[in-house]
Amino acid sequence: MSHSPNTFRAGPDEQGRFGIFGGRFVAETLMPLILEVEKAYQAAKDDAGFWAEFEYFLKHYVGRPSPLYFAERLTDHLGGAKVYFKRDELNHTGAHKINNCLGQMLLAKRMGKKRIIAETGAGQHGVATATVCARFDLPCVVYMGEEDIKRQAPNVFRMKLLGAEVVPVKSGTRTLKDAMNEALRDWVANVEDTFYIIGTVAGPHPYPAMVRDFQSVIGQEVRWQLEEQEGEGRLPDSLVAAIGGGSNAMGLFHPFLDDPSVQMFGVEAAGLGLETHKHAASLTGGRPGVLHGNRTYLLQSEDGQILDAHSISAGLDYPGIGPEHSWLHEQGRVKYLAVTDQEALEAFKLCSALEGILPALEPAHALAVVSKLAPDLSNDHIMVMNLCGRGDKDIFSVAEHLGVKL
Amino acid sequence: MIESHADSGRLTKRFASLAAENRGGLVTFMTAGDPDLHTASAILAGLPAAGADVIEIGMPFSDPMADGPAIQAAGLRALKGGMTLAKTLEMVRGFRKQDQETPLVLMGYYNPIYAYGNERFLKEARESGVDGLIIVDLPPEEDAELCIPALKAGLNFIRLATPTTDEKRLPKVMQNTSGFVYYVSILGITGTHSAAATDVAEAVARLKRHSDLPVAVGFGIKTAEQAREIARVADAAVVGSALVDCLKATLDEDGKAQPATINTVLDFVKGLAAGVRSGRS
Repeated sequence: MSHSPNTFRAGPDEQGRFGIFGGRFVAETLMPLILEVEKAYQAAKDDAGFWAEFEYFLKHYVGRPSPLYFAERLTDHLGGAKVYFKRDELNHTGAHKINNCLGQMLLAKRMGKKRIIAETGAGQHGVATATVCARFDLPCVVYMGEEDIKRQAPNVFRMKLLGAEVVPVKSGTRTLKDAMNEALRDWVANVEDTFYIIGTVAGPHPYPAMVRDFQSVIGQEVRWQLEEQEGEGRLPDSLVAAIGGGSNAMGLFHPFLDDPSVQMFGVEAAGLGLETHKHAASLTGGRPGVLHGNRTYLLQSEDGQILDAHSISAGLDYPGIGPEHSWLHEQGRVKYLAVTDQEALEAFKLCSALEGILPALEPAHALAVVSKLAPDLSNDHIMVMNLCGRGDKDIFSVAEHLGVKL
Repeated sequence: MIESHADSGRLTKRFASLAAENRGGLVTFMTAGDPDLHTASAILAGLPAAGADVIEIGMPFSDPMADGPAIQAAGLRALKGGMTLAKTLEMVRGFRKQDQETPLVLMGYYNPIYAYGNERFLKEARESGVDGLIIVDLPPEEDAELCIPALKAGLNFIRLATPTTDEKRLPKVMQNTSGFVYYVSILGITGTHSAAATDVAEAVARLKRHSDLPVAVGFGIKTAEQAREIARVADAAVVGSALVDCLKATLDEDGKAQPATINTVLDFVKGLAAGVRSGRS
């Protein structure tokens, strides 16, 4: 297991696997459809017209490229590495999620699908899906845990304004994993006309690879933007991104995986602390298992029952992680750390006060790691953090934790 | 062909005798440990006499993606009562002390087995008297995981075929299937609507062109009348959610079994059995 491959970017294999992770663990009803999606995506991938349309909408509708912003005040405050923010929170709808939704929507249209379903945790993926459904005129059903509906009321309202039907999920822990179960149930019942837009780099093959490909625009932009700002050939020394399922992190990391000088840090949610078992750190605190169509690291009991995840951030509150991350973890290519609710809140306040940017609670986790690592690094170390979502949606959660009544 | 230990032969024998009697069979589903181990064991013990020809036992899982609310709730009741995969196998061992004839199939999702250890699970399942496995989230594309090792260990691996399984795909689905084929007659989750008998007859005929295996049909069969209709055109009818609902209706507010629980469920099975037995008369 110790030899490292020539490339970290070639996966998955024909079985849809990254090492032992990934695969297609779904009910037979879905299998023909999964194969159809795979075939359609292969064809789209080889079609320059598909990518031209994708790029057109990224530019004119999403607002890409998102800026690569030198966070000067934060850099001065930390007194070490030079910190850049990739500003994906400036995308239309306020997060990186729209990149992937746009790509999958164009694919769904190519396949002639008539109806879109999605699941959402924090609501960012739900809003992004509802947005592309409005733009491309397809009906949209979004499954969302009851618990998350309470935590993310503004996003629920947004989805409804965009014309989506938001279905409250009352089963299990009433959060993201249960929303994903319900979306899969809907898909099983409506395979013939429905496309399921999965929001992260997880699920059955080809989703992890497909979502990664759509999100890779983040890292590709960082590459040329940094050269523009720091000089030709200059690569980042380190990349930092938050991980729930891991799509924003994979989008930032993937274009740099084969550049050995670039260190990478994925940041999981440690919730109330890893020792309390109230966390969402699948890699740090879980082990390999099979759920939602793929083999990956999962929070689970001795008996293989899936455990409840906990995080202050609804977007990180998932007991699994994308299979490619599990593989990169075992390969040692990416280092995965965990940050508590409290540390994320501190980072949230710091960023707001110093940079005038309210980050979402998800990238606030990444920022907590930046705050820990940067002071000990030299002034010429360039650290790029993905500010993958904006914090407007989180002000109610944050206020509650700070004891402020709105 | 896969080199394997001989399977138990119970499924083959049971379907052969059903054919000899010229009647469709009744496959009953129950969730292991629902609502508690004692009650579930007593129901299991009573099923053959009540008329179940094949018994399907659900292994509880926290996230049963292809099941409806009834079976999901049953799994959660069982888990809350402390049910584990080891206890499920123990339950089967207890059943085999008094019944060596009735075929018994475990149905569930892959993760609890993977956590238990595939090799250990297959060995213990065979030894406890399990005849076959139905693992919902292991399609033929993932046969190397558990299907082929199961066949080698002498367990039947029963595959689900669905309305989306087309002519081109059927041979792949049938390739490593044994015991019987489980035809899921509708698109959707367990316990919802049921399919028309004519559609089922057509589907069964289609499956028979690809395989000599018996075909059991399930999903959405709720009454003795529906079971009769299905057993007329297929080798067996599978009843799951309706049985689980019947059990649930007997529980108290806290989900605990009542004195009437066991007999109510077994009486319902007797009604279904009478239905399938009248199917071809």
